[in-house]
Amino acid sequence: MTQTTAFKDRTAIVGIGQTAFAKSLPETELQLACRAIRAALDDAGIDPGEVDALGCFTQETTPEFEIARNLGFGELHFFSQVAHGGGAICGAIGQVAMAIALGVAKVGVVWRSRKRGDPSKRQWAGVQPRIDDHWKWSRPHGLSRPVDEVAVMMRRYMHDHGATREQLASVALAQRAYANGNPDALMREKPMTLSSYLDARMISDPLCLFDNCLESDGAIAIVVTAAERVRDLRRSPVLIHAFSQGMTREHQLMTDYHGADPFRSSSGATAANLWRQSDIGPAEIDFAQIYDAFSPLVLFSLENYGFCGRGEAAAFAAGGAIAKGGSLPVNTSGGSLSEVYLHGANLVTEAVRQLRGEAANQVDGAETCLVSTCDSTPNGALVLRR
Amino acid sequence: MIETIPLPVTDDPVDRAFWQACLEGRLLVQRCGDCGHVQHPPRAMCPVCRSMELGWSECVGTGTIWSFTVPRPPLLPAFAGLVPYVVVIVEPDDFPGIRIVGALAGIEGNGIGGIDPETIAIGGPVRLTFVSLADDVALPCWAPVAADGSLEKDAQQ
Repeated sequence: MTQTTAFKDRTAIVGIGQTAFAKSLPETELQLACRAIRAALDDAGIDPGEVDALGCFTQETTPEFEIARNLGFGELHFFSQVAHGGGAICGAIGQVAMAIALGVAKVGVVWRSRKRGDPSKRQWAGVQPRIDDHWKWSRPHGLSRPVDEVAVMMRRYMHDHGATREQLASVALAQRAYANGNPDALMREKPMTLSSYLDARMISDPLCLFDNCLESDGAIAIVVTAAERVRDLRRSPVLIHAFSQGMTREHQLMTDYHGADPFRSSSGATAANLWRQSDIGPAEIDFAQIYDAFSPLVLFSLENYGFCGRGEAAAFAAGGAIAKGGSLPVNTSGGSLSEVYLHGANLVTEAVRQLRGEAANQVDGAETCLVSTCDSTPNGALVLRR
Repeated sequence: MIETIPLPVTDDPVDRAFWQACLEGRLLVQRCGDCGHVQHPPRAMCPVCRSMELGWSECVGTGTIWSFTVPRPPLLPAFAGLVPYVVVIVEPDDFPGIRIVGALAGIEGNGIGGIDPETIAIGGPVRLTFVSLADDVALPCWAPVAADGSLEKDAQQ
């Protein structure tokens, strides 16, 4: 059995669940996590006592033992945590899927619960007076937030390729239009026009307010089990076709501008190994869920995953490819920019809804999807299919 | 939320010499004592030859802007008070391929900021300056050089 046949299509996402999404929810992160996981198991039609594997983020505040004892899980056989926030969700799912494919565990739950609507919860706001890690080379200079690090990359990209703010706007505008069609999205009732984008206040020039993800509360859970198990479950399975994590050579978290080729990010490392394992290449992907804490990350990822050549993504997006009816619809629920920000977990659940044929903005004939994670951190990705 | 500019720890054995040199008005980049590989930020080991005998080379103190941004609120209070300030990524003229983050400051080293963002462009020349932030921290910053080679005066805000 080769490495790829041991994994390819051997596991499936069989349940998804979520709470309401809002700027502020009254429940705790533990309560929200419990609610989302219960919903995901109900969706799958799997009894909580069957769950024996868990995957989450190192940044998750709800520990495995609290989740297990609240949900009434059985004895656990596998639990892993993946680091680097926005880079983590596909790694968390992929590691649980590997454990199931290898027979170590049978039913896995991956979750993310987060209350971040409160401004004090923003990580950059918690910086200490003295910095002892690699941030000491940028934070004291006032490059103090992730948006600042992405802004210097976008400005250089504009310089190198002649890209414009109007082209970049097409990412936020396309995703807002999707959110306007998604009853669960925070921005469901707020349309955006090009002029409102261009007039929005700058956060880190050239990035404006609408190039930034939402700050929100909510929780999401995903249930994974063996593909051979799915015939007796409620929902049509979404197969996990290929998986890789990736960290590019000499990567330093969020600061790819130090690299020999700053735009060959960790997504490049993930993509090469992902497509190597996949029978489905970029040209056969029907829609993509691309991590979007900041809109330039969508452009950089489109190039690193091979949907466009180097320097072409801004024109690709501006030409309508990623919008409704385009050749590669991207972030069809509104994504982190306009649905909810849960470190990209909502990109996975929307992929599942699309592949089940029950999305609010359904892509006709959607059979294959790429889900990616943060372009500027160590990251990971999944190829999912019906 | 802290009220001050966050400062680097300066007594880590890997980069202590870097911060000590800054107090003397010198900017160093790490250079492997065995194979000569140059890198920034400093590391504990040379990734080319795995040596831990890592020394330093001094930059002449001129460079060009690779990219920059102009952060706007919400910011830490200490940075909010400096708006509009410019942060640049600089390629030192004498170490091609190395990129160093630095705030723009006036050549007198009076503090971060005070430079009109409208005058800044990628490719623009800059000169090294230092801003004293604590007894052990002289932050290496950059002053823009005008087209005629003169140093920009601090802009009026």
